[in-house]
Amino acid sequence: MSKQRKAVALISGGLDSMLAAKIIMEQGIHVEGINFFTGFCVEGHTHAIREHDKVKPNRNNALWVAEQLGIKLHIVDVIEEYKKVLINPKHGYGAHMNPCLDCKIFMVNKAKQWIVENEFDFIITGEVIGQRPMSQTKSKMPIVSKQSGADDLLIRPMCAKNLPATLPEIEGWVDREKLHDITGRSRKPQIEMAKRFGIDDYSQPAGGCCFLTDKYYSAKLVDLWKAQGSKDYELDDVMLLKVGRHIRPKANFKLIIAREEGEGRFLQGYKKDYISMQCQSHTGPLALIDGPLSAEDVYFAAGIVARYGQGRHAEQVDICVTDKDGSERTLQVKPLSEKEVLKEWHV
Amino acid sequence: MIKETLNARRLLCPLPVIRTQDKVKQLKTGDHLEVICTDPGVMQDIPMWCRINGHKVLETKSGNHEYIIILEVGL
Repeated sequence: MSKQRKAVALISGGLDSMLAAKIIMEQGIHVEGINFFTGFCVEGHTHAIREHDKVKPNRNNALWVAEQLGIKLHIVDVIEEYKKVLINPKHGYGAHMNPCLDCKIFMVNKAKQWIVENEFDFIITGEVIGQRPMSQTKSKMPIVSKQSGADDLLIRPMCAKNLPATLPEIEGWVDREKLHDITGRSRKPQIEMAKRFGIDDYSQPAGGCCFLTDKYYSAKLVDLWKAQGSKDYELDDVMLLKVGRHIRPKANFKLIIAREEGEGRFLQGYKKDYISMQCQSHTGPLALIDGPLSAEDVYFAAGIVARYGQGRHAEQVDICVTDKDGSERTLQVKPLSEKEVLKEWHV
Repeated sequence: MIKETLNARRLLCPLPVIRTQDKVKQLKTGDHLEVICTDPGVMQDIPMWCRINGHKVLETKSGNHEYIIILEVGL
């Protein structure tokens, strides 16, 4: 009796990786999923912080996909290791701060380490030739295989017929004839394949899986690096860039102002790490202050915070300033007008 | 049987799931783990993770913006 072969599939939560895993499962291979959490994954529940996003399905799509496929999912925290990838990507950034090719090489390399440690035979990804301009082109796929160290243990079932045969195909663990030759950005072949498999619910195919592909998020990250004078970050920085209105009126500090109640609750958790401000005399959002403030800056920042509360048209409002140690004081300030909060301050 | 508590407050999913996964690796079949979180997403994700991996959710509760899941470690 032949040995039961085992493969690990990189599961992002999207349709392509779901289909890729399914194609290999259909060939009698034992498949388990692996998902890497970099801190920048959209799959997290960041959207759940915001009240108005609560109508969206409140689920982690990678877990959901694994449950639909009936496979185990291993979620791996790679936050620290991923810093090297983002801070100094060998292959550079994409349209924004997305180091897609280095990211793919990194993740496949981690999967390679995982299969060695767990005695699995090969790796599956949902990559499709031509799907992504930076990492999923015919010329880039061998780079991922080689530089990740996975070499011919990496199989891409969605487009395998357009690529050289891998070890699982050569050894006959996987029937190459049952693999596919999808290319390009059209989603039609994937949607038709999903129908054939009876899959009618999946995360939106057009949705990116990483905040680093987002123009606005990337701008906030660049601003953070510029302000601190180095390309470094902690997980809290990454999280806070996803939340609130970011306003930098001066080089030495920025304000993170909650846009609604859910964000306000989330920012409450950071009051021990940042000076915070909130209007006392009127309803208003919680704001965190990132950076050192001079005595003059405190009033200036308070005036900006006042602008985003119900007292924005009042002559004067009371703003409570809470230090990191919990001590409080109240300032009377005039809210800045709409014109006074300059557009270029918004990060 | 051991009863352990995991503080996953302030963490956003999937970090509470990852911390739960790591903690469960240190426990034995039949042990109980109470996970305390502030991200409401855990009410869906941790039970889903348990179903996938063969663990049993014994109780879920919420209040005061905290979400608590008690699970029993499976095989």
